[in-house]
Amino acid sequence: MTAHAAPAGSLLTATDLRKTYGPTHALDGAGFAIHPGEVVAIMGPSGSGKSTLLHCLAGIVTPDSGTITYAGRDLTAMSDRERSALRRSEFGFVFQFGQLVPELTCVENVALPLRLNGAGRRQAERTALDWMRKLEVDGLKDKRPGEVSGGQGQRVAVARSLVTGPRVVFADEPTGALDSLNGERVMQLLTEAARATNAAVVLVTHETRVAAYSDREIVVRDGRSRDMEHAI
Amino acid sequence: MYSRAMSIGHTLLALLETGPRHGYDLKRAFDDKFGHDRPLAYGQVYSTMSRLLKNGLVEVEGIEPGDGPDRKRYAITDAGITDVAAWLAQPEKPEPYLQSTLYTKVVLALLTGRSAQDLLDTQRAEHLRLMRILTTRKRKGDLADQLVCDHALFHLEADLRWLELTAARLDQLAQEVRR
Repeated sequence: MTAHAAPAGSLLTATDLRKTYGPTHALDGAGFAIHPGEVVAIMGPSGSGKSTLLHCLAGIVTPDSGTITYAGRDLTAMSDRERSALRRSEFGFVFQFGQLVPELTCVENVALPLRLNGAGRRQAERTALDWMRKLEVDGLKDKRPGEVSGGQGQRVAVARSLVTGPRVVFADEPTGALDSLNGERVMQLLTEAARATNAAVVLVTHETRVAAYSDREIVVRDGRSRDMEHAI
Repeated sequence: MYSRAMSIGHTLLALLETGPRHGYDLKRAFDDKFGHDRPLAYGQVYSTMSRLLKNGLVEVEGIEPGDGPDRKRYAITDAGITDVAAWLAQPEKPEPYLQSTLYTKVVLALLTGRSAQDLLDTQRAEHLRLMRILTTRKRKGDLADQLVCDHALFHLEADLRWLELTAARLDQLAQEVRR
């Protein structure tokens, strides 16, 4: 129930993850696996460990024990520097709020990951604008995040998460601050864009209508995970 | 809609799994746990028991002397236990008002020592499967499709919230049903 053997062809796999914060067992034997191009929702009650699981999978938090394998490489054995490089080049991130840099314009925000990876300004912004067009926010390129709506800002953030051509996008409650209509639009555009580029999406959400955009669902309870595909 | 007639047989059968009972005891146990607004008629208990007897799911363990209409003491058979297990493990078709059937199943799973969590998870997976189908249809459809699918999705979401809340209260419910 808790551990997942590494299925053949999976891109990112975690087995028997454990993580404690003081007396709290945030993860207590959780497992996970995702294939290229797959959208997997992680659900569970507040405090169940779902965000800790996402942070471990993304190499942001190191588990106390257990293994995480990304494209055949052991994430837990990497140095911080190697993990940061991996996050910048292979992973994309979308969070609930506060992820855009307020001083930069929207197109500069979207271009930022490319600039951090060493791309020139003109080339980075051209690629950024292509992604903003796909997310239907290219008209906002010169606006600052404070001047756009929540739904628009979140679409700018999705464009930024995809701009480097990541193989995995981690989305932590990406619609948490949006109304139904804007939330649905963000999910539709995110999943369509990810599928078109064969990127995998790890989606943490507490909304089942948002989870219905996924291919598969993992439920985390008390730090243990259950693959709901095998619940029936 | 919740089909009361269809699940009464299974409900009585599962109650028998907790121990042999007379027809009258069965009715009382049913009314106590599930018949708050609609107590079961005696006639329905006896007709259900004779059907279950005919199908080999229960057997008569003894008959007590007396003049009552039914002094038979019923016990569940191995085939009956298998039937209860299969019924509890089978997810309900996601549709409105299924929570009373689900509530009955959850209570019976707790009473018979089966995993109520597994039962809720199976139902959750079945709901989400339908929600995915509706979401795909919505994505590919026109505005009318979107509105029709959204209506169904909001109802399914309400069911799922109930399932989550019930899952979070299983320990408390287990204590109450065993009281």
